[in-house]
Amino acid sequence: MGNKRLSGWLPLAVIALIAAAWEAAVRMFAIDPYILPSPSAIVREAMQPNVWPRLEMHTLATVRRTLTGLALGVLAGVALAAAIHLIPGARRASAPLLVLSQSVPYIVLVPLLLIWLGFGEEPKIVLIALVCFFPVTVAMLTGLRECDPALRGYLAMIGADRRTIFTKLELPNAVPYLFSGFRIAAAYSVTTTVAAEWFGGGSGLGYYIKLSYSGFETARVFAGTIIIIAFSMLMYGLAGLAERLVVRWRPKTERRGGDGSGA
Amino acid sequence: MAPALEVRDVAMRYGDRPVLGGVTLRVEDGEFVSLIGPSGCGKSTLLKVIGGLEQAERGEIYIEGRPANGRRGLIAYMPQQPSLLPWRTVAGNIELALGIAGVPRAEARRLARDWLGRVGLAEYANAWPHMLSGGMQQRVSFIRALLSPRKLMCLDEPFGALDALTRQHMQEWLLSIWEENRRAVLLVTHSIEEALLLSDRIVVLSARPASVLREFTVPFGRPRDPKLWKVPAFAELREAIHELLKPAEAAGTASG
Ligand SMILES: Nc1ncnc2c1ncn2[C@@H]1O[C@H](COP(=O)(O)OP(=O)(O)OP(=O)(O)O)[C@@H](O)[C@H]1O
Ligand SMILES: [Mg+2]
Repeated sequence: MGNKRLSGWLPLAVIALIAAAWEAAVRMFAIDPYILPSPSAIVREAMQPNVWPRLEMHTLATVRRTLTGLALGVLAGVALAAAIHLIPGARRASAPLLVLSQSVPYIVLVPLLLIWLGFGEEPKIVLIALVCFFPVTVAMLTGLRECDPALRGYLAMIGADRRTIFTKLELPNAVPYLFSGFRIAAAYSVTTTVAAEWFGGGSGLGYYIKLSYSGFETARVFAGTIIIIAFSMLMYGLAGLAERLVVRWRPKTERRGGDGSGA
Repeated sequence: MAPALEVRDVAMRYGDRPVLGGVTLRVEDGEFVSLIGPSGCGKSTLLKVIGGLEQAERGEIYIEGRPANGRRGLIAYMPQQPSLLPWRTVAGNIELALGIAGVPRAEARRLARDWLGRVGLAEYANAWPHMLSGGMQQRVSFIRALLSPRKLMCLDEPFGALDALTRQHMQEWLLSIWEENRRAVLLVTHSIEEALLLSDRIVVLSARPASVLREFTVPFGRPRDPKLWKVPAFAELREAIHELLKPAEAAGTASG
Protein backbone atom coordinates (compact mmCIF):
# COMPACT_ATOMS: atom_id res chain seq x y z
CA MET A 1 0.00 0.00 0.00
CA GLY A 2 2.61 2.52 1.13
CA ASN A 3 4.91 1.20 -1.55
CA LYS A 4 2.27 1.73 -4.19
CA ARG A 5 1.65 5.32 -3.16
CA LEU A 6 5.37 5.98 -3.22
CA SER A 7 5.78 4.45 -6.67
CA GLY A 8 2.98 6.69 -7.95
CA TRP A 9 4.73 9.86 -6.81
CA LEU A 10 8.23 8.81 -7.70
CA PRO A 11 8.06 9.63 -11.44
CA LEU A 12 6.67 13.08 -10.63
CA ALA A 13 9.47 13.63 -8.15
CA VAL A 14 12.01 12.65 -10.79
CA ILE A 15 10.49 15.07 -13.29
CA ALA A 16 10.53 17.85 -10.71
CA LEU A 17 14.15 17.09 -9.93
CA ILE A 18 15.15 17.23 -13.59
CA ALA A 19 13.28 20.52 -14.04
CA ALA A 20 15.04 21.97 -11.00
CA ALA A 21 18.46 20.84 -12.27
CA TRP A 22 17.65 22.25 -15.70
CA GLU A 23 16.61 25.61 -14.19
CA ALA A 24 19.70 25.75 -12.04
CA ALA A 25 22.02 24.84 -14.90
CA VAL A 26 20.55 27.47 -17.24
CA ARG A 27 20.94 30.15 -14.57
CA MET A 28 24.32 29.08 -13.35
CA PHE A 29 25.94 28.88 -16.77
CA ALA A 30 23.86 31.77 -18.15
CA ILE A 31 22.87 29.74 -21.19
CA ASP A 32 21.49 31.71 -24.09
CA PRO A 33 17.65 31.25 -24.04
CA TYR A 34 17.84 30.74 -27.79
CA ILE A 35 19.90 27.58 -27.20
CA LEU A 36 18.13 26.31 -24.09
CA PRO A 37 15.45 28.29 -22.25
CA SER A 38 14.90 27.51 -18.58
CA PRO A 39 11.64 25.81 -17.51
CA SER A 40 10.43 29.02 -15.90
CA ALA A 41 11.18 30.96 -19.08
CA ILE A 42 9.19 28.40 -21.11
CA VAL A 43 6.22 28.73 -18.80
CA ARG A 44 6.46 32.53 -18.86
CA GLU A 45 6.60 32.52 -22.66
CA ALA A 46 3.66 30.11 -22.94
CA MET A 47 1.56 32.37 -20.70
CA GLN A 48 2.10 35.43 -22.92
CA PRO A 49 -1.25 36.81 -24.13
CA ASN A 50 -0.14 36.48 -27.75
CA VAL A 51 1.14 32.90 -27.26
CA TRP A 52 -1.32 31.07 -25.02
CA PRO A 53 -4.47 31.39 -27.18
CA ARG A 54 -2.54 30.13 -30.19
CA LEU A 55 -1.11 27.22 -28.21
CA GLU A 56 -4.62 26.40 -27.12
CA MET A 57 -5.96 26.52 -30.64
CA HIS A 58 -3.19 24.36 -32.09
CA THR A 59 -3.46 21.88 -29.24
CA LEU A 60 -7.14 21.50 -29.93
CA ALA A 61 -6.47 20.87 -33.63
CA THR A 62 -3.85 18.24 -32.79
CA VAL A 63 -6.10 16.51 -30.27
CA ARG A 64 -9.02 16.41 -32.68
CA ARG A 65 -6.89 15.09 -35.51
CA THR A 66 -5.24 12.45 -33.32
CA LEU A 67 -8.50 11.16 -31.90
CA THR A 68 -10.19 11.04 -35.31
CA GLY A 69 -7.29 9.17 -36.91
CA LEU A 70 -6.91 6.86 -33.95
CA ALA A 71 -10.62 6.02 -33.86
CA LEU A 72 -10.72 5.32 -37.59
CA GLY A 73 -7.55 3.25 -37.44
CA VAL A 74 -8.72 1.19 -34.47
CA LEU A 75 -12.15 0.55 -35.99
CA ALA A 76 -10.64 -0.47 -39.31
CA GLY A 77 -8.05 -2.62 -37.54
CA VAL A 78 -10.65 -4.47 -35.49
CA ALA A 79 -12.89 -4.98 -38.52
CA LEU A 80 -10.01 -6.21 -40.69
CA ALA A 81 -8.78 -8.58 -37.98
CA ALA A 82 -12.26 -10.03 -37.54
CA ALA A 83 -12.62 -10.46 -41.31
CA ILE A 84 -9.22 -12.11 -41.72
CA HIS A 85 -10.02 -14.36 -38.79
CA LEU A 86 -13.45 -15.40 -40.02
CA ILE A 87 -12.74 -15.87 -43.72
CA PRO A 88 -11.17 -19.29 -44.26
CA GLY A 89 -7.66 -19.05 -45.64
CA ALA A 90 -7.47 -15.28 -45.24
CA ARG A 91 -5.07 -15.48 -42.33
CA ARG A 92 -2.50 -17.46 -44.24
CA ALA A 93 -2.94 -15.25 -47.30
CA SER A 94 -2.50 -12.00 -45.39
CA ALA A 95 0.30 -13.01 -43.04
CA PRO A 96 3.20 -11.86 -45.26
CA LEU A 97 1.40 -8.60 -46.05
CA LEU A 98 0.91 -7.84 -42.38
CA VAL A 99 4.54 -8.48 -41.60
CA LEU A 100 5.56 -6.33 -44.56
CA SER A 101 3.29 -3.51 -43.49
CA GLN A 102 4.84 -3.55 -40.03
CA SER A 103 8.22 -2.69 -41.52
CA VAL A 104 7.14 0.21 -43.75
CA PRO A 105 8.76 3.45 -42.54
CA TYR A 106 5.66 5.60 -42.33
CA ILE A 107 7.49 8.80 -43.07
CA VAL A 108 7.80 7.73 -46.72
CA LEU A 109 4.01 7.58 -46.91
CA VAL A 110 3.71 11.28 -46.16
CA PRO A 111 4.78 12.63 -49.59
CA LEU A 112 2.81 9.89 -51.33
CA LEU A 113 -0.37 10.70 -49.42
CA LEU A 114 0.17 14.39 -50.13
CA ILE A 115 0.41 13.57 -53.84
CA TRP A 116 -2.69 11.38 -53.77
CA LEU A 117 -4.93 13.26 -51.40
CA GLY A 118 -3.69 16.84 -51.55
CA PHE A 119 -2.78 19.16 -48.69
CA GLY A 120 -6.06 19.15 -46.80
CA GLU A 121 -7.14 17.29 -43.71
CA GLU A 122 -7.62 13.92 -45.44
CA PRO A 123 -4.01 12.85 -45.98
CA LYS A 124 -3.21 13.54 -42.33
CA ILE A 125 -6.15 11.57 -41.02
CA VAL A 126 -5.42 8.70 -43.40
CA LEU A 127 -1.80 8.62 -42.32
CA ILE A 128 -2.67 8.56 -38.61
CA ALA A 129 -5.30 5.89 -39.20
CA LEU A 130 -2.82 3.80 -41.20
CA VAL A 131 -0.22 3.98 -38.47
CA CYS A 132 -2.74 3.01 -35.77
CA PHE A 133 -4.33 0.33 -37.85
CA PHE A 134 -1.56 -2.25 -38.06
CA PRO A 135 -0.63 -2.73 -34.40
CA VAL A 136 -4.33 -3.10 -33.64
CA THR A 137 -4.90 -5.63 -36.43
CA VAL A 138 -1.91 -7.73 -35.50
CA ALA A 139 -2.69 -7.75 -31.76
CA MET A 140 -6.35 -8.49 -32.37
CA LEU A 141 -5.55 -11.34 -34.75
CA THR A 142 -3.26 -12.89 -32.17
CA GLY A 143 -5.95 -12.60 -29.50
CA LEU A 144 -8.60 -14.15 -31.71
CA ARG A 145 -6.39 -17.12 -32.46
CA GLU A 146 -4.71 -17.80 -29.14
CA CYS A 147 -7.65 -19.13 -27.20
CA ASP A 148 -7.26 -21.86 -24.63
CA PRO A 149 -7.68 -25.09 -26.66
CA ALA A 150 -9.42 -26.74 -23.70
CA LEU A 151 -12.11 -24.04 -23.78
CA ARG A 152 -12.42 -24.27 -27.55
CA GLY A 153 -12.74 -28.06 -27.35
CA TYR A 154 -15.29 -27.89 -24.56
CA LEU A 155 -17.54 -25.41 -26.40
CA ALA A 156 -17.29 -27.41 -29.62
CA MET A 157 -18.18 -30.63 -27.81
CA ILE A 158 -21.36 -29.24 -26.28
CA GLY A 159 -22.42 -28.07 -29.72
CA ALA A 160 -21.46 -24.38 -29.93
CA ASP A 161 -21.62 -23.12 -33.53
CA ARG A 162 -18.99 -20.96 -35.24
CA ARG A 163 -20.78 -17.77 -34.31
CA THR A 164 -21.05 -18.65 -30.63
CA ILE A 165 -17.38 -19.59 -30.51
CA PHE A 166 -16.50 -16.26 -32.11
CA THR A 167 -18.64 -14.08 -29.86
CA LYS A 168 -18.28 -15.96 -26.58
CA LEU A 169 -14.72 -17.24 -26.79
CA GLU A 170 -12.58 -15.58 -29.43
CA LEU A 171 -13.75 -11.98 -29.12
CA PRO A 172 -13.54 -11.77 -25.32
CA ASN A 173 -10.20 -13.53 -25.45
CA ALA A 174 -8.94 -10.89 -27.90
CA VAL A 175 -9.93 -7.90 -25.76
CA PRO A 176 -6.76 -7.73 -23.63
CA TYR A 177 -4.68 -8.17 -26.79
CA LEU A 178 -6.69 -5.43 -28.45
CA PHE A 179 -5.85 -3.11 -25.58
CA SER A 180 -2.15 -3.74 -25.83
CA GLY A 181 -2.39 -2.97 -29.56
CA PHE A 182 -4.45 0.09 -28.73
CA ARG A 183 -1.83 1.40 -26.31
CA ILE A 184 0.83 1.19 -29.00
CA ALA A 185 -1.51 2.80 -31.51
CA ALA A 186 -2.35 5.61 -29.08
CA ALA A 187 1.31 6.40 -28.58
CA TYR A 188 2.03 6.27 -32.33
CA SER A 189 -0.98 8.40 -33.16
CA VAL A 190 0.32 11.50 -31.36
CA THR A 191 3.78 11.41 -32.94
CA THR A 192 2.28 10.74 -36.35
CA THR A 193 -0.10 13.67 -36.05
CA VAL A 194 2.73 16.01 -35.13
CA ALA A 195 4.84 14.75 -38.02
CA ALA A 196 1.95 15.15 -40.46
CA GLU A 197 1.34 18.69 -39.25
CA TRP A 198 5.00 19.48 -39.62
CA PHE A 199 4.91 18.44 -43.26
CA GLY A 200 1.78 20.25 -44.30
CA GLY A 201 -1.22 22.27 -43.32
CA GLY A 202 -1.82 25.36 -41.23
CA SER A 203 -2.81 24.11 -37.80
CA GLY A 204 -1.74 21.82 -35.01
CA LEU A 205 1.18 21.71 -32.64
CA GLY A 206 3.47 20.20 -35.28
CA TYR A 207 2.83 23.19 -37.50
CA TYR A 208 3.23 25.59 -34.56
CA ILE A 209 6.56 24.07 -33.56
CA LYS A 210 7.81 24.27 -37.11
CA LEU A 211 6.84 27.96 -37.28
CA SER A 212 8.42 28.72 -33.90
CA TYR A 213 11.52 26.86 -34.97
CA SER A 214 11.92 28.90 -38.13
CA GLY A 215 11.27 32.05 -36.10
CA PHE A 216 14.01 31.12 -33.59
CA GLU A 217 11.43 31.04 -30.78
CA THR A 218 13.06 28.21 -28.86
CA ALA A 219 10.87 28.67 -25.76
CA ARG A 220 7.76 28.17 -27.89
CA VAL A 221 9.25 25.04 -29.47
CA PHE A 222 9.73 23.69 -25.97
CA ALA A 223 6.24 24.75 -24.85
CA GLY A 224 4.68 22.93 -27.81
CA THR A 225 6.85 19.86 -27.24
CA ILE A 226 5.91 19.67 -23.57
CA ILE A 227 2.21 19.79 -24.45
CA ILE A 228 2.73 16.98 -26.98
CA ILE A 229 4.50 14.83 -24.40
CA ALA A 230 1.77 15.47 -21.84
CA PHE A 231 -0.91 14.60 -24.39
CA SER A 232 0.91 11.42 -25.35
CA MET A 233 1.19 10.35 -21.72
CA LEU A 234 -2.44 11.17 -21.13
CA MET A 235 -3.50 8.99 -24.06
CA TYR A 236 -1.39 6.14 -22.77
CA GLY A 237 -2.85 6.52 -19.29
CA LEU A 238 -6.40 6.66 -20.60
CA ALA A 239 -5.84 3.51 -22.65
CA GLY A 240 -4.62 1.74 -19.51
CA LEU A 241 -7.58 3.01 -17.51
CA ALA A 242 -10.03 1.90 -20.18
CA GLU A 243 -8.45 -1.52 -20.15
CA ARG A 244 -8.77 -1.79 -16.40
CA LEU A 245 -12.43 -0.82 -16.60
CA VAL A 246 -13.25 -3.24 -19.40
CA VAL A 247 -11.10 -6.24 -18.50
CA ARG A 248 -12.25 -6.81 -14.97
CA TRP A 249 -12.21 -10.56 -14.94
CA ARG A 250 -8.46 -11.03 -14.86
CA PRO A 251 -6.69 -11.94 -11.61
CA LYS A 252 -5.11 -8.89 -9.97
CA THR A 253 -1.53 -10.11 -10.20
CA GLU A 254 -1.78 -10.66 -13.94
CA ARG A 255 -3.25 -7.21 -14.42
CA ARG A 256 -0.42 -5.56 -12.55
CA GLY A 257 2.09 -7.61 -14.55
CA GLY A 258 0.50 -6.34 -17.75
CA ASP A 259 0.87 -2.75 -16.60
CA GLY A 260 4.48 -3.22 -15.67
CA SER A 261 5.42 -4.67 -19.04
CA GLY A 262 3.49 -1.98 -20.87
CA ALA A 263 5.05 1.00 -19.10
CA MET B 1 -35.37 -48.73 -26.56
CA ALA B 2 -32.05 -47.87 -28.19
CA PRO B 3 -29.12 -47.66 -25.81
CA ALA B 4 -28.07 -44.15 -24.82
CA LEU B 5 -24.62 -44.84 -26.21
CA GLU B 6 -23.12 -47.51 -28.32
CA VAL B 7 -19.46 -47.54 -29.24
CA ARG B 8 -18.43 -50.23 -31.72
CA ASP B 9 -14.80 -51.07 -32.28
CA VAL B 10 -13.66 -47.44 -32.27
CA ALA B 11 -10.01 -46.84 -33.07
CA MET B 12 -8.22 -43.52 -33.14
CA ARG B 13 -4.66 -42.20 -33.28
CA TYR B 14 -2.88 -38.93 -32.65
CA GLY B 15 -0.38 -38.70 -35.46
CA ASP B 16 1.27 -42.10 -35.61
CA ARG B 17 0.52 -42.88 -31.98
CA PRO B 18 -2.47 -45.19 -31.63
CA VAL B 19 -4.58 -44.14 -28.66
CA LEU B 20 -7.77 -46.15 -29.01
CA GLY B 21 -7.31 -49.69 -30.30
CA GLY B 22 -10.87 -50.79 -30.97
CA VAL B 23 -13.10 -49.91 -28.03
CA THR B 24 -16.57 -51.43 -27.78
CA LEU B 25 -19.00 -50.49 -25.04
CA ARG B 26 -22.58 -49.49 -24.48
CA VAL B 27 -24.53 -47.48 -21.96
CA GLU B 28 -28.19 -48.35 -21.69
CA ASP B 29 -30.82 -45.72 -21.12
CA GLY B 30 -30.77 -44.83 -17.43
CA GLU B 31 -27.61 -46.82 -16.80
CA PHE B 32 -24.56 -45.66 -14.89
CA VAL B 33 -21.32 -46.98 -16.40
CA SER B 34 -17.83 -46.25 -15.12
CA LEU B 35 -14.70 -46.32 -17.21
CA ILE B 36 -11.48 -47.25 -15.44
CA GLY B 37 -8.06 -47.51 -16.96
CA PRO B 38 -4.44 -46.60 -16.42
CA SER B 39 -3.45 -42.96 -16.71
CA GLY B 40 -2.81 -41.94 -20.31
CA CYS B 41 -4.62 -44.94 -21.76
CA GLY B 42 -7.05 -42.83 -23.73
CA LYS B 43 -10.12 -42.33 -21.53
CA SER B 44 -10.42 -38.61 -22.15
CA THR B 45 -9.72 -39.20 -25.82
CA LEU B 46 -12.57 -41.71 -25.96
CA LEU B 47 -14.95 -39.11 -24.55
CA LYS B 48 -13.74 -36.60 -27.15
CA VAL B 49 -14.41 -39.11 -29.92
CA ILE B 50 -17.87 -39.80 -28.49
CA GLY B 51 -18.52 -36.07 -28.33
CA GLY B 52 -17.44 -35.60 -31.95
CA LEU B 53 -14.44 -33.41 -31.16
CA GLU B 54 -12.00 -36.01 -32.46
CA GLN B 55 -12.69 -38.23 -35.42
CA ALA B 56 -12.53 -42.02 -35.10
CA GLU B 57 -10.47 -43.64 -37.82
CA ARG B 58 -12.49 -46.83 -37.53
CA GLY B 59 -15.70 -47.95 -35.84
CA GLU B 60 -19.12 -46.49 -35.19
CA ILE B 61 -20.71 -44.42 -32.49
CA TYR B 62 -24.44 -44.32 -31.90
CA ILE B 63 -26.10 -41.94 -29.49
CA GLU B 64 -29.71 -42.80 -28.69
CA GLY B 65 -29.68 -45.09 -31.69
CA ARG B 66 -28.53 -42.49 -34.21
CA PRO B 67 -25.14 -42.50 -35.92
CA ALA B 68 -23.02 -39.92 -34.11
CA ASN B 69 -19.52 -40.18 -35.57
CA GLY B 70 -18.11 -36.65 -35.67
CA ARG B 71 -21.39 -35.12 -34.49
CA ARG B 72 -21.22 -32.57 -31.70
CA GLY B 73 -23.72 -31.24 -29.24
CA LEU B 74 -25.38 -34.58 -28.50
CA ILE B 75 -24.02 -35.15 -25.01
CA ALA B 76 -23.77 -33.41 -21.67
CA TYR B 77 -20.06 -33.18 -21.01
CA MET B 78 -17.82 -32.40 -18.10
CA PRO B 79 -14.19 -32.13 -19.23
CA GLN B 80 -11.24 -33.15 -17.08
CA GLN B 81 -10.21 -29.47 -16.67
CA PRO B 82 -13.03 -27.26 -15.36
CA SER B 83 -12.92 -25.18 -18.60
CA LEU B 84 -14.80 -22.15 -17.32
CA LEU B 85 -14.63 -19.03 -19.48
CA PRO B 86 -12.61 -16.56 -17.37
CA TRP B 87 -14.61 -13.54 -18.59
CA ARG B 88 -17.98 -14.93 -17.55
CA THR B 89 -19.20 -15.16 -14.00
CA VAL B 90 -19.76 -18.55 -12.45
CA ALA B 91 -23.51 -18.34 -13.09
CA GLY B 92 -22.83 -16.87 -16.54
CA ASN B 93 -20.75 -19.91 -17.47
CA ILE B 94 -23.56 -22.27 -16.57
CA GLU B 95 -26.11 -20.13 -18.38
CA LEU B 96 -24.00 -20.07 -21.54
CA ALA B 97 -23.69 -23.86 -21.64
CA LEU B 98 -27.42 -24.26 -21.12
CA GLY B 99 -28.11 -21.65 -23.77
CA ILE B 100 -25.98 -23.56 -26.29
CA ALA B 101 -27.97 -26.68 -25.43
CA GLY B 102 -31.18 -24.77 -26.20
CA VAL B 103 -32.47 -23.99 -22.70
CA PRO B 104 -34.39 -20.67 -22.64
CA ARG B 105 -32.52 -17.84 -20.97
CA ALA B 106 -34.82 -17.29 -17.98
CA GLU B 107 -34.95 -21.00 -17.26
CA ALA B 108 -31.15 -21.23 -17.49
CA ARG B 109 -30.79 -18.35 -15.04
CA ARG B 110 -33.11 -19.92 -12.56
CA LEU B 111 -31.47 -23.36 -12.82
CA ALA B 112 -27.98 -21.93 -12.44
CA ARG B 113 -28.79 -19.96 -9.24
CA ASP B 114 -30.77 -22.83 -7.81
CA TRP B 115 -28.12 -25.49 -8.35
CA LEU B 116 -25.20 -23.31 -7.33
CA GLY B 117 -26.98 -23.06 -4.02
CA ARG B 118 -27.31 -26.81 -3.81
CA VAL B 119 -23.55 -27.35 -4.14
CA GLY B 120 -22.83 -24.65 -1.60
CA LEU B 121 -21.68 -22.01 -4.08
CA ALA B 122 -24.64 -19.60 -3.91
CA GLU B 123 -22.46 -16.67 -2.89
CA TYR B 124 -20.11 -17.27 -5.83
CA ALA B 125 -22.78 -16.94 -8.52
CA ASN B 126 -21.45 -13.55 -9.57
CA ALA B 127 -17.76 -14.24 -8.92
CA TRP B 128 -15.13 -14.62 -11.67
CA PRO B 129 -13.96 -18.21 -12.06
CA HIS B 130 -10.38 -17.38 -11.03
CA MET B 131 -11.68 -16.49 -7.58
CA LEU B 132 -12.72 -20.11 -7.01
CA SER B 133 -10.50 -22.95 -5.84
CA GLY B 134 -9.88 -25.87 -8.18
CA GLY B 135 -12.42 -28.01 -6.36
CA MET B 136 -15.06 -25.27 -6.49
CA GLN B 137 -14.49 -24.80 -10.22
CA GLN B 138 -14.96 -28.52 -10.66
CA ARG B 139 -18.28 -28.39 -8.87
CA VAL B 140 -19.43 -25.58 -11.16
CA SER B 141 -18.30 -27.57 -14.19
CA PHE B 142 -20.16 -30.56 -12.82
CA ILE B 143 -23.52 -28.85 -12.39
CA ARG B 144 -23.05 -27.29 -15.82
CA ALA B 145 -23.03 -30.83 -17.26
CA LEU B 146 -25.74 -32.05 -14.91
CA LEU B 147 -28.15 -29.31 -16.01
CA SER B 148 -27.68 -29.98 -19.71
CA PRO B 149 -30.87 -31.37 -21.22
CA ARG B 150 -28.93 -34.00 -23.20
CA LYS B 151 -29.73 -37.55 -22.19
CA LEU B 152 -26.23 -38.98 -22.01
CA MET B 153 -23.85 -37.45 -19.51
CA CYS B 154 -20.10 -37.98 -20.02
CA LEU B 155 -18.10 -37.06 -16.94
CA ASP B 156 -14.30 -36.99 -17.09
CA GLU B 157 -12.98 -37.48 -13.55
CA PRO B 158 -15.52 -35.12 -12.05
CA PHE B 159 -14.17 -35.35 -8.53
CA GLY B 160 -10.46 -35.54 -9.32
CA ALA B 161 -9.45 -32.21 -7.80
CA LEU B 162 -11.47 -32.57 -4.60
CA ASP B 163 -10.17 -33.42 -1.16
CA ALA B 164 -11.24 -36.81 0.20
CA LEU B 165 -14.06 -35.44 2.35
CA THR B 166 -15.64 -33.20 -0.30
CA ARG B 167 -15.18 -35.97 -2.79
CA GLN B 168 -17.10 -38.41 -0.65
CA HIS B 169 -19.75 -35.81 -0.03
CA MET B 170 -20.10 -35.12 -3.76
CA GLN B 171 -20.24 -38.83 -4.56
CA GLU B 172 -23.09 -39.37 -2.15
CA TRP B 173 -24.81 -36.29 -3.46
CA LEU B 174 -24.44 -37.46 -7.07
CA LEU B 175 -25.71 -40.87 -6.05
CA SER B 176 -28.86 -39.44 -4.50
CA ILE B 177 -29.74 -37.09 -7.37
CA TRP B 178 -28.93 -39.75 -9.95
CA GLU B 179 -31.12 -42.34 -8.26
CA GLU B 180 -33.91 -39.79 -8.08
CA ASN B 181 -33.74 -39.00 -11.77
CA ARG B 182 -31.88 -41.72 -13.64
CA ARG B 183 -29.89 -40.66 -16.64
CA ALA B 184 -27.39 -42.47 -18.76
CA VAL B 185 -23.95 -41.71 -17.37
CA LEU B 186 -20.49 -42.57 -18.62
CA LEU B 187 -18.08 -41.69 -15.84
CA VAL B 188 -14.30 -41.74 -16.17
CA THR B 189 -12.57 -42.30 -12.87
CA HIS B 190 -9.32 -43.45 -11.32
CA SER B 191 -11.00 -44.65 -8.17
CA ILE B 192 -12.23 -48.24 -8.05
CA GLU B 193 -14.22 -47.45 -4.90
CA GLU B 194 -15.95 -44.56 -6.63
CA ALA B 195 -16.84 -46.77 -9.59
CA LEU B 196 -18.20 -49.50 -7.30
CA LEU B 197 -20.22 -47.09 -5.24
CA LEU B 198 -21.85 -45.29 -8.15
CA SER B 199 -22.18 -47.53 -11.16
CA ASP B 200 -24.23 -50.40 -12.52
CA ARG B 201 -21.37 -51.57 -14.68
CA ILE B 202 -17.62 -50.99 -14.75
CA VAL B 203 -15.62 -51.12 -17.96
CA VAL B 204 -11.90 -51.68 -17.45
CA LEU B 205 -9.62 -50.42 -20.21
CA SER B 206 -6.13 -51.63 -21.09
CA ALA B 207 -3.09 -49.39 -21.35
CA ARG B 208 -2.71 -47.37 -24.54
CA PRO B 209 -3.89 -48.18 -27.17
CA ALA B 210 -7.02 -48.66 -25.09
CA SER B 211 -9.33 -51.58 -25.56
CA VAL B 212 -11.81 -53.13 -23.16
CA LEU B 213 -10.10 -55.62 -20.84
CA ARG B 214 -13.22 -56.68 -19.02
CA GLU B 215 -16.60 -55.54 -17.85
CA PHE B 216 -17.95 -55.98 -14.33
CA THR B 217 -21.60 -55.84 -13.40
CA VAL B 218 -21.92 -54.28 -9.98
CA PRO B 219 -24.33 -56.48 -8.08
CA PHE B 220 -25.41 -54.04 -5.36
CA GLY B 221 -29.01 -52.87 -5.23
CA ARG B 222 -30.39 -49.36 -5.34
CA PRO B 223 -30.59 -47.11 -3.54
CA ARG B 224 -26.96 -47.69 -2.68
CA ASP B 225 -25.82 -47.55 0.88
CA PRO B 226 -22.96 -45.02 1.09
CA LYS B 227 -21.30 -47.44 3.53
CA LEU B 228 -21.16 -50.08 0.80
CA TRP B 229 -17.47 -50.67 1.42
CA LYS B 230 -18.39 -52.68 4.53
CA VAL B 231 -19.94 -55.44 2.41
CA PRO B 232 -17.57 -58.36 1.71
CA ALA B 233 -18.56 -58.50 -1.98
CA PHE B 234 -17.32 -54.91 -2.33
CA ALA B 235 -13.82 -55.85 -1.24
CA GLU B 236 -13.80 -58.89 -3.53
CA LEU B 237 -14.76 -56.85 -6.60
CA ARG B 238 -12.29 -54.18 -5.71
CA GLU B 239 -9.55 -56.78 -5.50
CA ALA B 240 -10.53 -58.27 -8.85
CA ILE B 241 -10.45 -54.90 -10.63
CA HIS B 242 -7.26 -53.96 -8.89
CA GLU B 243 -5.58 -57.16 -10.05
CA LEU B 244 -6.75 -56.48 -13.58
CA LEU B 245 -5.35 -52.96 -13.57
CA LYS B 246 -2.04 -53.85 -11.99
CA PRO B 247 -0.26 -55.54 -14.92
CA ALA B 248 -1.85 -53.07 -17.29
CA GLU B 249 -0.54 -50.21 -15.20
CA ALA B 250 2.96 -51.67 -15.13
CA ALA B 251 2.91 -52.11 -18.91
CA GLY B 252 1.59 -48.58 -19.26
CA THR B 253 4.48 -47.05 -17.38
CA ALA B 254 7.00 -49.24 -19.18
CA SER B 255 5.85 -48.20 -22.65
CA GLY B 256 5.04 -44.59 -21.75
N1 LIG C 1 -4.11 -33.41 -28.53
C1 LIG C 1 -3.27 -34.48 -28.44
N2 LIG C 1 -2.28 -34.63 -29.35
C2 LIG C 1 -1.45 -35.69 -29.30
N3 LIG C 1 -1.51 -36.64 -28.37
C3 LIG C 1 -2.48 -36.56 -27.43
C4 LIG C 1 -3.40 -35.47 -27.41
N4 LIG C 1 -4.25 -35.64 -26.38
C5 LIG C 1 -3.87 -36.78 -25.77
N5 LIG C 1 -2.80 -37.34 -26.40
C6 LIG C 1 -2.16 -38.60 -26.03
O1 LIG C 1 -3.15 -39.61 -26.05
C7 LIG C 1 -2.97 -40.49 -24.97
C8 LIG C 1 -4.25 -40.61 -24.18
O2 LIG C 1 -4.55 -39.38 -23.58
P1 LIG C 1 -5.84 -39.19 -22.67
O3 LIG C 1 -5.87 -37.77 -22.22
O4 LIG C 1 -7.01 -39.70 -23.42
O5 LIG C 1 -5.53 -40.17 -21.45
P2 LIG C 1 -6.40 -40.47 -20.16
O6 LIG C 1 -6.68 -41.91 -20.14
O7 LIG C 1 -7.56 -39.55 -20.08
O8 LIG C 1 -5.37 -40.13 -19.01
P3 LIG C 1 -5.63 -39.53 -17.54
O9 LIG C 1 -6.23 -40.64 -16.74
O10 LIG C 1 -4.28 -39.19 -17.06
O11 LIG C 1 -6.54 -38.38 -17.69
C9 LIG C 1 -1.80 -39.98 -24.16
O12 LIG C 1 -0.68 -40.75 -24.48
C10 LIG C 1 -1.61 -38.57 -24.63
O13 LIG C 1 -0.25 -38.25 -24.63
MG1 LIG D 1 -8.08 -38.02 -18.91
